[in-house]
Amino acid sequence: MNKLAVNLPGLHLKNPIMPASGCFGFGREYSEFYDLSKLGAIMMKAATAEMRFGNGTPRVAETTAGMLNAIGLQNPGVKEIIENEVPFLANFDTNIIANIAGSTIEEYEMVAKMFNETNDVHALELNISCPNVKEGGIQFGTDPKMAAKVTSVVKEASNLPVYVKLSPNVPDITRMAKAVEEAGADGLSMINTLTGMQIDLRSKRPLLANKTGGLSGPAIKPVAIRMIYEVKQHVSIPIIGMGGVNTAEDVLEFLLAGASAVAVGTANFANPFVCSEIIDELPETLKKYGFDTALDAVGKAVME
Amino acid sequence: MITKENMRILAKSMIALDTIEMVLENKYISQTALPGQFLHIFLEGKTLRRPISIADIDKEMGTVTILFKVVGSGTKQLASYEPGREIDVLGPSGNGFQITEEDSTVLLIGGGIGVPPMYYLGKTLAKQNKKVISILGFQTKANVFYEEKFNQLGYTFIVTNDGSYGEKGFVTDVFHKVGDFDRYYSCGPLPMLKTVTNELNGKPGFISLEERMGCGVGACFACVIPSKDDKGYKKICSDGPVFDAREVSL
Ligand SMILES: Cc1cc2nc3c(=O)[nH]c(=O)nc-3n(C[C@H](O)[C@H](O)[C@H](O)COP(=O)(O)OP(=O)(O)OC[C@H]3O[C@@H](n4cnc5c(N)ncnc54)[C@H](O)[C@@H]3O)c2cc1C
Ligand SMILES: Cc1cc2nc3c(=O)[nH]c(=O)nc-3n(C[C@H](O)[C@H](O)[C@H](O)COP(=O)(O)O)c2cc1C
Ligand code: FES
Repeated sequence: MNKLAVNLPGLHLKNPIMPASGCFGFGREYSEFYDLSKLGAIMMKAATAEMRFGNGTPRVAETTAGMLNAIGLQNPGVKEIIENEVPFLANFDTNIIANIAGSTIEEYEMVAKMFNETNDVHALELNISCPNVKEGGIQFGTDPKMAAKVTSVVKEASNLPVYVKLSPNVPDITRMAKAVEEAGADGLSMINTLTGMQIDLRSKRPLLANKTGGLSGPAIKPVAIRMIYEVKQHVSIPIIGMGGVNTAEDVLEFLLAGASAVAVGTANFANPFVCSEIIDELPETLKKYGFDTALDAVGKAVME
Repeated sequence: MITKENMRILAKSMIALDTIEMVLENKYISQTALPGQFLHIFLEGKTLRRPISIADIDKEMGTVTILFKVVGSGTKQLASYEPGREIDVLGPSGNGFQITEEDSTVLLIGGGIGVPPMYYLGKTLAKQNKKVISILGFQTKANVFYEEKFNQLGYTFIVTNDGSYGEKGFVTDVFHKVGDFDRYYSCGPLPMLKTVTNELNGKPGFISLEERMGCGVGACFACVIPSKDDKGYKKICSDGPVFDAREVSL
């Protein structure tokens, strides 16, 4: 029996580890470091209806135990992604999760429909939480009614399971989680980045061209853990957890808090092998803390 | 191809104000890297790696030399590392300078911490019996480095902004003294590259660009620059850092 296997709506994961959206592109670059078939799944970079150029540079800044990014959803557009990127990823024995962003409900709907027509995408991740685009994105992520609306429209538009990616930039994350669960979400993905800013002492101006950016990396892990722990107690759909994961111990912490699978984002930049190494180390880590399988650990912190 | 390598620090010295020369030993990178490529260096406790150009290579010794200026916490940390220690590096990263066989005279224009990649390029070009002319710009006398080494490659102009050493002014102020050349290669701060490409508009040239990076391998879209092709952008880490001066918009 595979002790790392986890089954989620639409996703039969050989292990609960996947690179997070936007931190792994469409896999090409990292496929030169290791065989992507090793991964439980791959969360693709956000897709929008049309090609987007994104924000000005600088787009990233380093912070204590993390980084800020304001890429601005640069991507070649859903058509190009379906024609050129999905077929490449389909060569690997792993699950493909398509991350969708948009500035209108119609845009989410259209992109979801297009992914639905390919045979190679296993699930959708609705990015209703990108802090780095002017319109749309974040509004869907902070207003429970809007979040529910976009979720139900996308559910209607496609047969694929839908994981809604929640923004931490809200006063009550549970309310958001419940709203999208009621609207038909098959799962949650949390958390996206926390809005932040860095001022450059030399220019005395915000360092990022977009002024604000999304904070990711180890600095946000406690926020992610707290939010997953809270949400887990109030929803019954599964959670894919993320935020500052660097090690197999971090993964176990997310599982205990209530995540059924875990995505790794920023850590890929310092160590392109991080997902692969975590997968290798996870069985030993689970054993060390008294678990036979990954599944055994899910939600243990909440239940006891 | 980029791999993750351990490089042993063999030597470290201060060659100018806040400027460190470090000799690193690694077989794979020393055998495969081309002029203009960079190393993406991991530093304990840092979320992001630091990109530093390859300044020189000794294939026989299996060594790679980097030159860097201490400007912030990462370069300060790297400068504190002593010989014997190993550092974790992704490399060789990016695309190097294209060398054209027919060229007989080339002009190298380096500004400040953009000088390092010019050296290994100049050495490679000189080995191919091309006439190498260099213009190296620095803020002030205390920043000047590698003058002797560039002199061995060919005629070298040193320019300082405050005139404390060599000619006074900017690298572009000595263009009228250079004479004819087939191609130019340049690396330095963006304002310098802008004036260089403007003044040499029409001349074939390659420039090496800098931007803050996330992944350094082409996956995160942190380091893009507008380009003049249909796609509309290039990634500095993987399409560059070297570009044909005519293909990107500065
Ligand atoms: C392709 C390339 C080649 C380079 N080659 C050299 C070289 O040979 N010698 C040298 O001294 N410097 C070089 N640089 C610049 C060097 O990367 C920065 O000076 C260094 O990253 C600063 O790090 P820090 O932690 O000391 O500064 P901090 O300001 O504390 O750095 C904070 C963050 O900003 C990034 N950053 C800051 N300045 C720059 C910059 N100018 N370019 C890119 N990222 C930056 C850092 O990498 C880090 O992620 C190169 C940059 C690029 C992109
Ligand atoms: C450079 C960068 C780009 C990102 N792009 C996206 C994106 O396109 N869509 C998305 O849903 N999340 C995006 N994210 C958020 C991550 O997927 C993840 O939720 C977040 O970074 C927290 O995880 P981490 O701390 O492991 O990076 C991005 C994060 C970073 C650092
Ligand atoms: S630094 Fe990630 S694409 Fe260039």
